Amino acid sequence: MLSVWAISRLVAGKDLRVEWRSRVVSNQVVPFAALMMVMFAFALDSDSVLKRVAPGLVWLAAMFSLLVIVQRAFAVETADGALDALRVAGVRGAGIFVGKALALAAQLAVLELILLGAAIVLYDTHLVGSGIALLACTYLTATLGLSFVGTLYGGLAAGAKGRETLLPLLMLPVAAPVLIGATRATEAALGTAGATTSDGWPWIGLLALFAVAFGIGGTLAFGSLIDE
Amino acid sequence: MNHFGPTSTRFTRALGVATILGLGWLAVFGLLLSPDDVVQGSYARLLYIHVPSAWLAYLAFGVTGLASGAYLWPRTRSMQWDRIAGASAEVGVLFMALALVTGSLWGKVTWGTYWTWDSRLTTTAFLFVTYIGYLAVRDLGGSHEQRARRSAVLALLAVLEVPLVHFSVSWWRPLHQAETIERGGLKGLMLFSFFVGMIAFTLLYVWLVMHRQRLMMLNDMIDDSGLDRALAERRNEVAP
Repeated sequence: MLSVWAISRLVAGKDLRVEWRSRVVSNQVVPFAALMMVMFAFALDSDSVLKRVAPGLVWLAAMFSLLVIVQRAFAVETADGALDALRVAGVRGAGIFVGKALALAAQLAVLELILLGAAIVLYDTHLVGSGIALLACTYLTATLGLSFVGTLYGGLAAGAKGRETLLPLLMLPVAAPVLIGATRATEAALGTAGATTSDGWPWIGLLALFAVAFGIGGTLAFGSLIDE
Repeated sequence: MNHFGPTSTRFTRALGVATILGLGWLAVFGLLLSPDDVVQGSYARLLYIHVPSAWLAYLAFGVTGLASGAYLWPRTRSMQWDRIAGASAEVGVLFMALALVTGSLWGKVTWGTYWTWDSRLTTTAFLFVTYIGYLAVRDLGGSHEQRARRSAVLALLAVLEVPLVHFSVSWWRPLHQAETIERGGLKGLMLFSFFVGMIAFTLLYVWLVMHRQRLMMLNDMIDDSGLDRALAERRNEVAP
């Protein structure tokens, strides 16, 4: 029997291969995220306001894009009953959970970097040399936390018709601490509104705690959530 | 088929009478006998409903969490726990809505705003949304066991979520509102009626949950007997 880790590598590889061949995230979700960044600028209509709220907008756009990516990740599984087939074949839920979460994290990380680039180009945000390490840690912990939560609730909402609309309702309240923590940490890393790097590190602790809590919770709970 | 009886028993009827008496006293006192607050005037009367509703909602969500844990624990697994969890969450969402509405009305007249981003308020709002999601998941369909397992896992995830939300929000906005009811600010008859309100709302909770979970049991039984009934009808059609 394969170990959980071996299963998760296979599942993650499969998901990334599906994306590589279909290009749904790169051709549809990334343009959607970039469009959101433009729409935010239309709505807020002020250079100084945009510069002030840029970190929040980056993470807000990342969360909304995450909803779309999660739906895509589970549409692939449920369209031909692939998830049921995996379960019938005796593949453990924990392996599926970790694998899908890692594939999701990889896609989300690329998307978030593009969003940061968009903030630099569109909102006149500047990277600060001393904040790079903090920014990298923020991206790592927040992306993992969001991916675990996305996979967990995506699995629950996958399957029968009409459940897609349930995903935002279930996922966004849970992901709220990531939005708060990642935004504050990014503000500290970029020096937005006079924040300093030392303001940001405590938030990394919260983000890491969140990722660990939902990583463990998801590994334990995922199997019983997707059982039909 | 004597199970398809009414959802009341002698106990729930007695409980119902006690609840009505308590709520009646609360209404008479809160609306007529209670003096106006020195600062807040008549608006302070909202607290007679607001505080017990909030208490009841927290109690209800706590019971949902415990009952969900009892369902998932193999030794105590029973559909009874699932129904108690579901009934309790329904009552909790209702009273949390009441607490939020009365709280914002009270906030508007005393603080001048419907909402402040205080950590307790924000956590409460998240709790409310989370359990609306929980109720939506209970309605997803599938077998009763699927519903029970899925929603029990979700309720336990909410137990994981709520401290994280509370923690992050209170960190984000460290300025806490002062306790809205000052300790010792309520005296004599007011304090007595306040406790009557708490007890009456708690009895109301028990009464509602008992009826609701019995109703759920009847619903589940109708679902279960649906196939048998359909088969019986078919047989009768064929039979001459």
